[in-house]
Parts: sequence; structure tokens; C-alpha cells
Amino acid sequence: MKAKPGIPSILKTAFINALVALVLFSLMVGIRTEAGASGQLTYWTRFGELASLVGAVFGGSIVIELLRQWIGPTGAENLVPPAVKSGMSFIGRYLAPALLIFTLLVPVIFYDQRYILDLAILVLTYVMLGWGLNVVVGLAGLLDLGYVAFYAVGAYSYALLATNFGWSFWVCLPLAGILAAFWGVLLGFPVLRLRGDYLAIVTLAFGEIIRLVIINWQDLTGGPNGVSGIPRPSFFGIPLDNSDDGLAAKLDIEYSPTHRIVFLFYLILALALLTNWATIRLRRLPIGRAWEALREDEVACRALGINTTTTKLTAFATGAMFGGFAGAFFATRQGFISPESFTFQESALVLAIVVLGGMGSQLGVALAALAMIGGFELFRGLETYRMLVFGMAMVLIMIWRPRGLIGHRAPTVYLTKAKAISSDLVKEGHG
Amino acid sequence: MSGDKILSVDRLAMRFGGIVAVQDLSFAAERKKITALIGPNGAGKTTVFNCITGFYKPSGGAIRLTHDDGRTIALERLNDFRIAKQAKVARTFQNIRLFPGMTALENLMVAQHNALMRASGFTFLGLIGAPGYRDAEKRAIDLATDWLRRVNLLDRADDAAGNFAYGDQRRLEIARAMCTEPALLCLDEPAAGLNARESAALSALLLSIRDELGTSILLIEHDMSVVMEISDHIVVMDHGVKIAEGTPREVRDDPKVIAAYLGADEEEAAAVMEGGS
Repeated sequence: MKAKPGIPSILKTAFINALVALVLFSLMVGIRTEAGASGQLTYWTRFGELASLVGAVFGGSIVIELLRQWIGPTGAENLVPPAVKSGMSFIGRYLAPALLIFTLLVPVIFYDQRYILDLAILVLTYVMLGWGLNVVVGLAGLLDLGYVAFYAVGAYSYALLATNFGWSFWVCLPLAGILAAFWGVLLGFPVLRLRGDYLAIVTLAFGEIIRLVIINWQDLTGGPNGVSGIPRPSFFGIPLDNSDDGLAAKLDIEYSPTHRIVFLFYLILALALLTNWATIRLRRLPIGRAWEALREDEVACRALGINTTTTKLTAFATGAMFGGFAGAFFATRQGFISPESFTFQESALVLAIVVLGGMGSQLGVALAALAMIGGFELFRGLETYRMLVFGMAMVLIMIWRPRGLIGHRAPTVYLTKAKAISSDLVKEGHG
Repeated sequence: MSGDKILSVDRLAMRFGGIVAVQDLSFAAERKKITALIGPNGAGKTTVFNCITGFYKPSGGAIRLTHDDGRTIALERLNDFRIAKQAKVARTFQNIRLFPGMTALENLMVAQHNALMRASGFTFLGLIGAPGYRDAEKRAIDLATDWLRRVNLLDRADDAAGNFAYGDQRRLEIARAMCTEPALLCLDEPAAGLNARESAALSALLLSIRDELGTSILLIEHDMSVVMEISDHIVVMDHGVKIAEGTPREVRDDPKVIAAYLGADEEEAAAVMEGGS
């Protein structure tokens, strides 16, 4: 641990931060402008608020600097007593199974609370998207800012196939995955030579291109109006409605709209678990090891005879396929899709989940999705300050855990004992 | 030079724009022998290596690799990963390139990627857990274990490669290259940064690779004690051209080599060469 900075250096940092705050807030807060009664510009000053903001930044900087000396990432090990540490590892071991059991029971516990069920479905959708993107970003180390494109391809594949040809969800689901994977390969080809920032820019553009094509190809996609009347999923052919053929009538129970929500919940849970299972399995296969090796050192991979082109393409295709599944689910759940659901913000959100969770960690991604989507809802009571609190929470997590919630890496094969690998050693990939 | 050649480099040239890195270079490496490529800094040794292992495409000349079964492969026409995959040429790097966030065992498993990919039915059979793949994986772990034992790192099999000491990383990188089961092993300064004891262990390891497994070795090295002790044949380069070749004794006494290494002062150079042997 490096030497603790003295009081003068803390004061200096705080002073600089306060100065930056003064410059930033002097125009945003210090002067208020508005259109007057006859359209002229009127303004008045709010120096009191400005002073209190700058003062808060000054004080806050001192507090944060002091906190960082105590619980900074480098010093964290020394301060945590062994008892707490063993407790943490105990929690760590049983966290995943406990979460899974709780998730399975959510529809039972919250059967009457439609809001919580809807939120749980949303969280699970993002868990699945996070797990899908984790293959590309976390394992293969390819920074993909256009992941939403595959989500859109999956959603529109199902929507168009179902509305035009009347195909069932269960036929369209694999097709949506295959089509998304196909687009993943198509995107992969031109960007294979690019690395790092350049790859990020091209994938970002690809995400936008798909959205713009959807908006402008009105004959096929309905343009900005979207596709409506997308069929709801059936329970293997039995519709979940209150008709005579419906599941409720067949089982001779009273119909309730919650049945469909519960069904959707278990559907997305099954899809997410499929993604998780496949990813865990793939990691232990040669292809998964090659993805991680690619993230660690691409040149060494080539020297070992690994075809980096196909390895990258399979990573793109696998990630895209899971995105496509999630998209098909999204379409059937909403019953209506439009290009507005597939903006860059979605890509950024999913990427934030992967980064926050700890790149490559399945449990970390699930926790991050819960925190990002569920936590965001938790702050709803704060109204206007919601974004502020949310942003602050993310900054704090990144100071405390710069490599994500679960940063260490578990080996895929071992001789005697699997030891977790510290996040300091694991590379983030170069694109 | 007579005998069974595994690698023959014929009039190799490599230019970067106007700079000529390698010019008109011809040499051969014999099967089941250790051939060393030496020369002062900037002589073009690593460039030759990069041409042989497919990282550069030569501007001219031919590089032929002849396998045990008589199959001859034109290396200058293959590129990138195909040299390692099809021609079975493995290499290590001057600045070690392990996968630091993966364990030693995982590093050696990645090296067996192509064999395991076939065994896993290009992932599809492996995904459903076909027994054939499980056997192949077991064999791969056995091969990796064997190599970890050879390089004396078996007790650290489950540790991250990035945590290893420098000398251990060097040995692990050689083990990783050998796990691809190469016909020709190319080592770029394997003894760089090693102490005397580690250098001696490295020499023993390379000799055992040659004698027990019959793998041909081509190495670049500055540590003369290693070069003189283990090489069967030495090629000396300076300024992109070959200035001498022969057995360690012939090369050590060659005035041109001495001049290249230490300017014109032959006596001083001779002293260094003798001291190193």
C-alpha cells in the first residue's frame, strides 16, 4: 500500500475539485435564464446555491479522500478480519444456488403483485442479454457497442415470421437465434482486423445501421410504426387465454391474466438458464479456452495454430444468438415492437451490466443486472434525483471494485485444486 | 552441410519499405539437431524467425520444411496460424507471451486447441458431453501434466501463469510450444534474463527435447554458454546477411564473427568467446 497522502495534499485535491465544480456550476446553477413575458431573455443570479454546491464538493472531496485511504482497493485486504473473510467466502459459495431458488419461487411469493412480476421479467431479460454479451466482451475480449442490433434482429425475426406466416413461437425462437447469429457473423467479417476503440466504433455504427434500416424499410418492418399484434406465446400449442381451448379451461381452473405473466417469467428464466448453461459449458471446451486465450494474447494464439478469425466469429455468433433469443422473447412479451426499443442506450445498458458485474463472471453479471434494473426501480421514490443517486452509486462501486463486482476468474480445468485467479492478472482484451 | 534437412531457407529477403532487414540469406537446419542463429543486436535474427513462423511474409526467397514422412511445405506461402497448424512449426517469443490470466495447465490446454477441436466435433459433440471428447480431454491433460513435470512446474499447475517467476515463465512457454507437438521448435532468446543455474537447466531441457523426442530446434540466443554447449550447427548473421556458419568450434574461431561481435579487436573478442564456452 502506498504512503498515505498528508493533509496538505488532501486539501489541494479538494481545492482543485471545488474549482472544477465552480467553473461547471457557475453557468449551470449560478445564472438562471428564462424567456420573459414578451419573449426577451431574463436572467437572475443564484450565488447562494452555487456557493453551497462548491462547498459540498469541497467537503465531499475531503471525505472521499479519507475514505479511500481506509477502504481503497489496495488496502482492502489488510483491513478485513479473517472471520469476515471466511464468512464472505461462505456467502459466495451459496449465493448462486440461493439466488436461483429464490428466483424459482418469485412467482409463488409475489403472485398477486403484478408490478414485481413484470420487473422480475425485465431483470431476467437483461440478465440473459448480459450473459449473451458476456461471451463477446467478457470471454473473447471484443468490445461490442452494438449488441442491441442482434436483440432487434431476434425481435423482428419473430414478429415478422409470426405475423406474416403465423408460425408459432417455438418454431420462430430457434430461427430468431440463427438469424441473429448469421448477422453476428456478417458483422464479424469486416471488423475482424479492427481492435480496441476502432472495433467499438464499428460495432456502434452497426447497431445504428440496423435500427435505421428497420425505420426506413417500411414495407417490411412498418417503419417507425413498428409491428403490432405479435402473437402471444402458447403453452406448447395451448393458448393462455380465457377461451374454451385455453390452458385455464383445459385444467379446469379459473382464468387469470397472471397465468400468462407467470408463464412468461418461467420462459425467460429457462432461456436465461440455457444461456448460462451453454456459456459455462463452452468455457470448458476448446473453443471457450480459445476465446479467453484470444483476450489474453492474440499473437500467442496465432503462434499456437489457433485460427483467430473463426474464433472471433464464433464468439460474435454465439453472443448474437443469445441476443436473438432474448429479442424473440421481448417481442412475444410486448406484443408490439418498434425501432424505439432498440436504441444505443440499450447497448450501453447491457455493456454497463457486463462491466459492472466483472467481465467474464456469470454470477457477477446476474447481480449487476439485478442492481442496474432492480436498483433503478428502487430509486423511483427519489423522482428527479433518481439519475443522480444512480450515477453516484455506480461511481462508488467503480472506486470500490474497479474490475466489477466479481473480478476474479475461475480456471476451466485443474489438476488438484481450482484456485481463483486475481483480477490483476486477467487481461481485458484489446478488441 | 550434409544430412537430412528439416528446414532449408533459400535466398530469403525481407524489406520494410526501403530498409533491408534480411538479404539473400540461405541456411539449413538438420533434422533432430539444434541449430543456432546468432549475431549482434539488429542483425535481423528475429526478422528471419518471423518469416519462418509466418508473422511476416518474406519479400523474396523460399523457406521449405520437410516433414519426417517426406512431405515438403513451402512456408513462405502459408500465413499466420497455418504455419503452426499445418506445418507444425512452434515458436516462443523474445518477450514472453503467455496467457497471464490463465493457469499453467490452461496454457498448455490452449496449445492443444486444434487436436481438441477435432475431438470435440467442432464444439457440437463436446457440448453434449460425448464420451469421445472426454477421453481426448483426459489425454490432453495427461500430455500437459507430462510437460509440466518435464519443466519442473507440476506443483504449480493450477497457479496463474502471470504469477510465475521469470525463469518459470520461460520454461512454461517452451512447454506450451511443445504441447502443439511440433516438428520444428523455434526459440527466440530462451536464455534471456536467466541466471547461470537456470541457463544450465534450460540447456538440459533443450538437449532432452532433441534426444528423447527427436524434435528439431532452431534458436536465437545471445548467451554464448548456452549456444556453444548445445548447438550442433551455428549460423552467424550481421546486418541482414550470413557471415559464417559451422560447428561451434569453427564459428568461435572465425575472425569475421569475432569482428562482427566486437569491432576489429580480435584478441578481445576471442577472449569473450572463450570465456563464454
